[in-house]
Amino acid sequence: MNAANYLYVSALLFTIGAIGVVVRRNAIVIFMCVELMLNAANLSFVTFARINGNLEGQVVAFFTMVVAACEVVVGLAIIVTIYRSRRSASVDDASLLKR
Amino acid sequence: MTSNSLVYLIALPLFGSAVLLLAGRRCDRWGHLLATALSAGSFAIGLYQFLQMLGRANDQRAVTQKLFSWISVGSFQVDAGLMLDQLSICFVLLITGVGTLIHIYSIAYMSHDRDRRRFFAYLNFFIAAMLLLVLGDSYLNLYVGWEGVGLASYLLIGFWNQKPAYATAAKKAFVANRVGDMGLSIAIMITFATLGTVSFAGVKEHAPVASTGALTAIGIMLLVAATGKSAQFPLQAWLGDAMAGPTPVSALIHAATMVTAGVYLITRSNFIFDAAPTAQLAVAIIGAITLLFGAIIGMAKDDIKKALAASTMSQIGYMVLGAGLGPAGYAFAIMHLLTHGFFKAGMFLGAGSVMHGMDDEVNMRRYGGLRKFMPITFATFGLGYLAIIGVPPFAGFYSKDKIIEVAFNAGGIKGITLGTAALLGAAITAFYMTRVVILTFAGNKRWDEKAHPHESPFLMWAPMVLLAIGSVASGFLFTHGDALRNWLAPVVEPHPVHEAELLSPAVVSILALVLVGVGVAFAIVKYLRSQVPQVAPEDVSIFTRIARRDLLQDEFNEAVFMRPGQALTRTLVKTDAAVIDGAVRGVGRMTLGSGNLLRATQTGFVRSYAMWILIGAIGLIAAIWVVTQ
Repeated sequence: MNAANYLYVSALLFTIGAIGVVVRRNAIVIFMCVELMLNAANLSFVTFARINGNLEGQVVAFFTMVVAACEVVVGLAIIVTIYRSRRSASVDDASLLKR
Repeated sequence: MTSNSLVYLIALPLFGSAVLLLAGRRCDRWGHLLATALSAGSFAIGLYQFLQMLGRANDQRAVTQKLFSWISVGSFQVDAGLMLDQLSICFVLLITGVGTLIHIYSIAYMSHDRDRRRFFAYLNFFIAAMLLLVLGDSYLNLYVGWEGVGLASYLLIGFWNQKPAYATAAKKAFVANRVGDMGLSIAIMITFATLGTVSFAGVKEHAPVASTGALTAIGIMLLVAATGKSAQFPLQAWLGDAMAGPTPVSALIHAATMVTAGVYLITRSNFIFDAAPTAQLAVAIIGAITLLFGAIIGMAKDDIKKALAASTMSQIGYMVLGAGLGPAGYAFAIMHLLTHGFFKAGMFLGAGSVMHGMDDEVNMRRYGGLRKFMPITFATFGLGYLAIIGVPPFAGFYSKDKIIEVAFNAGGIKGITLGTAALLGAAITAFYMTRVVILTFAGNKRWDEKAHPHESPFLMWAPMVLLAIGSVASGFLFTHGDALRNWLAPVVEPHPVHEAELLSPAVVSILALVLVGVGVAFAIVKYLRSQVPQVAPEDVSIFTRIARRDLLQDEFNEAVFMRPGQALTRTLVKTDAAVIDGAVRGVGRMTLGSGNLLRATQTGFVRSYAMWILIGAIGLIAAIWVVTQ
């Protein structure tokens, strides 16, 4: 099977994630989209590792997972806090930094 | 020769000034006595040095004292050093002698002034600064004293600065002097740049090998300095207003000593002027112009002090003329300076005595017939008067006639022009001085019933008597056997060869006396034989009106310097506001505006930031793709 197909899937996943981040308002959904983009990147790494026949891409994928896990911990904590104080998880409502 | 006592000449009055200023009101009761004693002490040291000097051979008389190494930068080496030679000692004795007399006079004159202590502090400071001026052994040391006397003059003219007009007069004097001071500092810079030294000895040594152009430049700049300090044309306008100061100040600073500093400077720099004939001619011309200028103003003034101030200006014009005539004239310029120091200081003190008795009235049209009420003042003033108009055997006859004679004998058109100007000046001097004496002491009384003219106390008339003795005897003593000329010879080096004389001394004296007689006769006819109105008549010729307004000197300065200067500053202020401030404010506004523009992108919406990041990333990738293709 052609390895490039994995890359097409990766690109598709990334695009879906990116569009989701831009168009959705719910912080949880945006978060999920971000995870989608990260996993798209992971898929690319693994694919390139396969194509090049070495392990570096796979190693980086693990790192990405670790970072993603950390990000989830911090990000969810922020979202929960915002939700508690504002009774809303909409990112458009949390636009106070402008002022 | 060196001496360790020179510094005390300056240190004593400087110490007095410091004590009086620092101790403040605590020494109100004895401050004036301390100041007078220290001034007298300085005179005693001067006299001691003079006697020591007399005991030495003619070329061994100069003594020096190195105080400390002042400036040592690369090749620029200046020591703070003092030098007392035959020229300086004349000034030292004049400054401390007349200065002490005026201190004594001031004790009585200022006795009702609550700030008498401060007055004496400034007087002592002036004595110290003036002594430094004449004792400094380099142009830079002289410059320190030069500035010091300028400061003292400013402080004393504005001594009664609660009156705005007096404070303005002080500022006017200071500003006019600053113009001259710039000349002196430029002269010092040129001297150092071309000759590599600023000490008198060094400059004298190097002057013969320097280029004439450089020496002329130095000479002209020194002349500018002299015109500022000595109230010579065209920087003369401050002297009349300087009469705002207390009368002893006018006598000491603005008649006898400080205003003659310019003559000292020119005589001291004789080696420069002798090598720069153009500068020397300029000196003589300035002197001739000023002596007529001052004399003409003197004819129209009703204020006794201003009339005397105009006369001072005129007499210093004689000295500058003498100094501008080269080696033949230096000694006579200094002689006239010394005799003038006696008779003019004496007459100023006399004017002060008259004012003292007339409740500070200065308008001579409100005097009249005072000789019966103030016999001593009249006698001393009268002797000074005879001295200044040049009646033999009084002092002015010897000194002024010599200058006229030297001027005539300067040769060619120059000699005849300068000599005629000096001779004419003598006639005008006789006219206006006779006018002053007649208006003040003779004729009918024109004062109010309120005034009670009375003779001044002993402390005031004693100095006047001593100065009157000086005005009688000094001229004869100085010329007896060419005493002063031979005395000054090592410093100013008069040429022993006699050039062809245009007019012999006797002819000059007779001419001068005839013209003086004419001047006196005019004054008698005009002021003694006819009634003098109490208010100056208005229906006078245009010339009188111009002379009353000081020959439009203030109008000239205002039109030529003040208004363009104000216009220039206004332009500069506007330029500053528009260009400099505009640029600074423009930068601020630009930053603010661009910030406002950029702020529009900061919406606060997370999704729009994400959008921008996405677009940026895509743009970056696209750019890399384009470049690597």
